[in-house]
Formats: sequence, C-alpha cells, structure tokens
Amino acid sequence: MSPYGAFIWPAYGVSALALSAATIWTVVAWRRAKAKLAALEGSKEK
Amino acid sequence: MQFLFRYANPHNFMRLSGAVLPFTAIGAALALISGLYFSFSVPPDYQQGTTITILFIHVPAAIMAMVAYSSIAVCSLLSLVWRHPLSDTAARAAAPLGAMFTVMGLITGALWGKPMWGAYWVWDARLTSFLLLLFIYLGYMALWSAIEDEIKAARAAAILALVGAVNIPIIKFSVEWWNTLHQGETITTGKLAAVYVPAFLTMMLAYFLLFLTLWMIRIRTAILERRARNLMQGAAS
Repeated sequence: MSPYGAFIWPAYGVSALALSAATIWTVVAWRRAKAKLAALEGSKEK
Repeated sequence: MQFLFRYANPHNFMRLSGAVLPFTAIGAALALISGLYFSFSVPPDYQQGTTITILFIHVPAAIMAMVAYSSIAVCSLLSLVWRHPLSDTAARAAAPLGAMFTVMGLITGALWGKPMWGAYWVWDARLTSFLLLLFIYLGYMALWSAIEDEIKAARAAAILALVGAVNIPIIKFSVEWWNTLHQGETITTGKLAAVYVPAFLTMMLAYFLLFLTLWMIRIRTAILERRARNLMQGAAS
C-alpha cells in the first residue's frame, strides 16, 4: 500500500466504522422496539 | 401501482420484509467479504497507483447516497399524491442511512483527493453539490423532528424532499456541465478498466443490499413503535 497507505487505510477504516455503527444502531433500535411492544401487549393481556 | 398499495399495508409489509430480510442480510455480508477480497487483489492503476482501491468504497457510497435520496423523493411523491400508507415512514427511515453514505462519500473522497489532487477539498461543482446533499439530508431530518404533529411534519418533509431532489441530477451531471477537478463519468461510460469491474460491482451490490436490509429494519422498527404508541394511548384514554 505504500506510499498511499496513510490515505487508503483511514478511508477503509471510516467506511467500516460507519457501516458497523449503522448496522448496530439499527438492530438495537429494532430489538428495543420489539421488546417494548411485547411488554405493552403482555401488560394489556393481564 | 396496485402491487405497491398491497404491500404498503403495514401487516403485509411486515410479512414480506420478514421473509426477504434474511436473504438481503446474508447477501450483503457475502458481497462485502468478496468485494473486500477483490478490492485488495487488483493491480495498481497506471496513474493513480494503489489509491484506486478507494474507488471501491467511495463510488458505491456516493451512488447509495443518491439512491437513498431518490428513494426518499419517490416515497414523498407517493405520500403527497396518492396518500400511500407507509411511504412517509419509509422516507423518514431512509434519511439517516442516506446521510451516512453521504458522509462516507465525502470523507473517502477527501482521502482520495489529497494524494491525487494535492488537496482534501476543492469547491468544484461535484464536491459542492454533494456537500449540499448532506445539508439537505440534515435539513430533512431536522424538519421531521421540529414539527410535533406527525401528519404536518410528513407533509412539510415531503415537500422539502421533492424540492431537494433537484440536486440529484445536478450532482450527476456536474462533471459534464462545469469544468471540475473531480474526474468525469467513469462507471456509466465504460471507462473503468475491466480488471477493476468485478471489485466495483461486488462492492456496489454489498452497499445496495446493506442499505436495503437496514432500510427495511428501520421501517419495521417504526411500525412497531407506532403500534406501541397506539397501545399506550389506548391504555391512557
């Protein structure tokens, strides 16, 4: 990668970070919404 | 159009997206792994050297930023004209993803520009119109959050999205309409050397499938949140 490694690796690093963060954030929000709805439906049934 | 309306029903959308999601998620992961392998297996470009590898993450991110915005514009049109159920939810769900791809495009572009042009940033038509896209995304998301009434927020955001859509052809054709430091069309004109095509197409597929997967999950999340809100309101009244 030399002499351009100082540009290539940060570019790949930023992309990996952004895609991972978006994936984790999306999945966590989905699980949270699912759990909240399940709790509400559970309390309604009781 | 009938197909769209059938699956715009939240119940049908949950069923259909639940069936499709595993395939898009696995497809995205496989394409990403293969794409990365291809990206680091290509020979250096005769002019740009090894920085050509940045193309495989920069161009797909830039294209997806525009695809995401175009999706928002189409959903907004469906919402304004046909009162299409779910289209506001779909438009809102795509915005943070599109903004993320825009930021990725800007950062990877800057990191490619420095060794090739000697500058991280220049105010040429392509870069400036692409930066404008980020501001439109931020404005769109801010508008959704600023108006409490969801129906009014959706209407205002849809109008903003349609006005902002003017920027998409400007970004696309900026390299033809103006003299720019940014290189002209390479991908659609077939100027990309054949040896780089598999890496580019695989990464493009990976980004597209990842966007599709995350977009569907975000729409599903919004549907569940709405159900939860309705239950809470029902319990309170």
